Amino acid sequence: MSTPADYLPIAMMFVVASGFVLFTIFVTHLLGPRRKTEVKLEPFECGIESQENARMPFSIKYFLVAILFVLFDVEIIFMYPWAVNFKDMGMFGFVEMLIFLSLFLVGFTYIIRRGALKWE
Amino acid sequence: MTLPIFYILAMLSVFCALMVVVARKPVHSVLYLIACFFTIAGHYLMLNAQFLFAVHIIVYAGAIMVLFLFVIMLLNLNLESEPRKSVIARVAAVSTAGLLFLVLLAAVKSAEPVILDTSASGVGLVRHVGLKLYNEYMMPFEVSALLFLTAMVGAVKLGRKEATHS
Amino acid sequence: MHYLCDALPWGIFMDSGELIFKMVFVVAIFGISLLVAMYSTYAERKVAAFLQDRIGPNRAGPFGILQPLADGVKMFMKEEIIPAKSDKALFILGPCIMMLTACMTGVVIPWGESLVINGREYELLITDVNVGLLYVFGVVSIGVYGIMIGGWASNNKYSLLGSLRASAQMVSYELAMGLSIIALVMAAGTLSVREIVEQQAGLQWNAFYQPLGCLLFIICAFAECNRTPFDLAECETELVGGYHTEYSSMKLGFYLFAEYIAMFISSAIIAALYFGGYNFPFIDSLGLSHNVQTILGVLIFFAKTSFFIFLFMWVRWTIPRFRYDQLMNLGWKVLIPVAIINVLVTGIVILWRNDLF
Repeated sequence: MSTPADYLPIAMMFVVASGFVLFTIFVTHLLGPRRKTEVKLEPFECGIESQENARMPFSIKYFLVAILFVLFDVEIIFMYPWAVNFKDMGMFGFVEMLIFLSLFLVGFTYIIRRGALKWE
Repeated sequence: MTLPIFYILAMLSVFCALMVVVARKPVHSVLYLIACFFTIAGHYLMLNAQFLFAVHIIVYAGAIMVLFLFVIMLLNLNLESEPRKSVIARVAAVSTAGLLFLVLLAAVKSAEPVILDTSASGVGLVRHVGLKLYNEYMMPFEVSALLFLTAMVGAVKLGRKEATHS
Repeated sequence: MHYLCDALPWGIFMDSGELIFKMVFVVAIFGISLLVAMYSTYAERKVAAFLQDRIGPNRAGPFGILQPLADGVKMFMKEEIIPAKSDKALFILGPCIMMLTACMTGVVIPWGESLVINGREYELLITDVNVGLLYVFGVVSIGVYGIMIGGWASNNKYSLLGSLRASAQMVSYELAMGLSIIALVMAAGTLSVREIVEQQAGLQWNAFYQPLGCLLFIICAFAECNRTPFDLAECETELVGGYHTEYSSMKLGFYLFAEYIAMFISSAIIAALYFGGYNFPFIDSLGLSHNVQTILGVLIFFAKTSFFIFLFMWVRWTIPRFRYDQLMNLGWKVLIPVAIINVLVTGIVILWRNDLF
């Protein structure tokens, strides 16, 4: 039987890994030389003087990809408990998922037809 | 052994939730919210709801918050451009939130604690969740597919409208 | 409130002997991951040199074997530069998250069967959780933040573009990856990685039953690790260094190093899920004692993993980079539909073989 105690080693790994990360960041901070100049701390723009800052709006496409990702991700998560029980549910479960997937595919074809995923 | 873990997790949850509101930069707020989701996933784990734990991390912390972060990065958020709210709006916000808090507090106070040994039955494990979901709750499951369909159509419409504007 | 919390189910905590073993094992796996990742950087340069008919690193120690150490020391001693306009806290947090998520994925991998020491059996895996594959999926989905935060905090246009591209790519391929595992889960009926490995005893490797799923998973693993041909995030001809343009010293080291750890862990997961893990044919007919058999299994597992690490490098130095629209089209319009078809075909085959129609 699976209990929350199974996750204790994961917590251990987290402690070990974050300990290593913090230690390394701290040590490099101490070891490295510090010769800071104003120019060195400017954002790198291939030697040209930097223009404004990088907080700028970007293509809506990325936003759309993120929204669709959330939707698809939830649908995929729905399929995991189904896949685990697939052999027990047999034909009934398969038809159930077929209906779910057909609705999913309708949405998917709509997205592609409307060119929502077209990148120039 | 479990009690201190519970208290530590609960304190972290409350701290992160407070920092979401208090943090000055929107991106920091989002990151505190992600941390808050992790502590809540920890609470699910304490209840042996392992599937819910994984889903909470994948969907909330790993997908929805990516979208949030994208939106906040997409909006042109320089610190100077953050709009100042009027005093009335602030008072209204604080009082509504305070009232909601009181209602929740009252609800929690009158609630009967239920002791359920979830570890013995394995209620929260994937297999059990799947059996319930795909037999008893078949209809809601199929209806949720319709919901996803409408959400997809909505997202595409929204994206196209925005694209033609700019 | 008090009695409510006492009822929180924890089952039986491990006894102290097992706890100490787990601690040692966790530290050992962490160390091995770092070591393998270090020597992957060396191997990568040697493989690249071999494929391009060069010699590769050969100055530090015999055959340049100490090169990774020299690189490490260099990373430690470099000046750390935090740009004045950056968000300092997040600038440091980015690479840390990247490194952490890369290390955390490996905990559910079974490295071998079990060792019997003084009559007690110690399993050679850190933990076996009920939602093993979903855990892997979850940690991978958190990995996106390392790149997003790092790129955004730098306050540099190249970094921002690089991180946007990388994160959009990673989330897209995460979907295909999730779908490709579903067919495997249908056949296995479990999410526990250990059980999946145990089911592949002998030569019943999932790669033979799930060839399409296996291919999809490997492609997605390449994309998740940001390896060529999917390394648009750091394509130097357009974006300088991509999301880590502004990074220096060990923080840059973390980004680069995390990539190699992720590569190692992905190779191990590919080997465990689709290529039998520590199983190899005729394991029982050799008549070896249990411990020797386990150690042999571990070596076999590492051999398989090394092969996939080599595959990562081989592909990197053979195939050119995708264009961004090609990359997104492949992820959304090819891999996702193919993965769904794979799920359906797997379903039909399983129903047919078990006479469930």
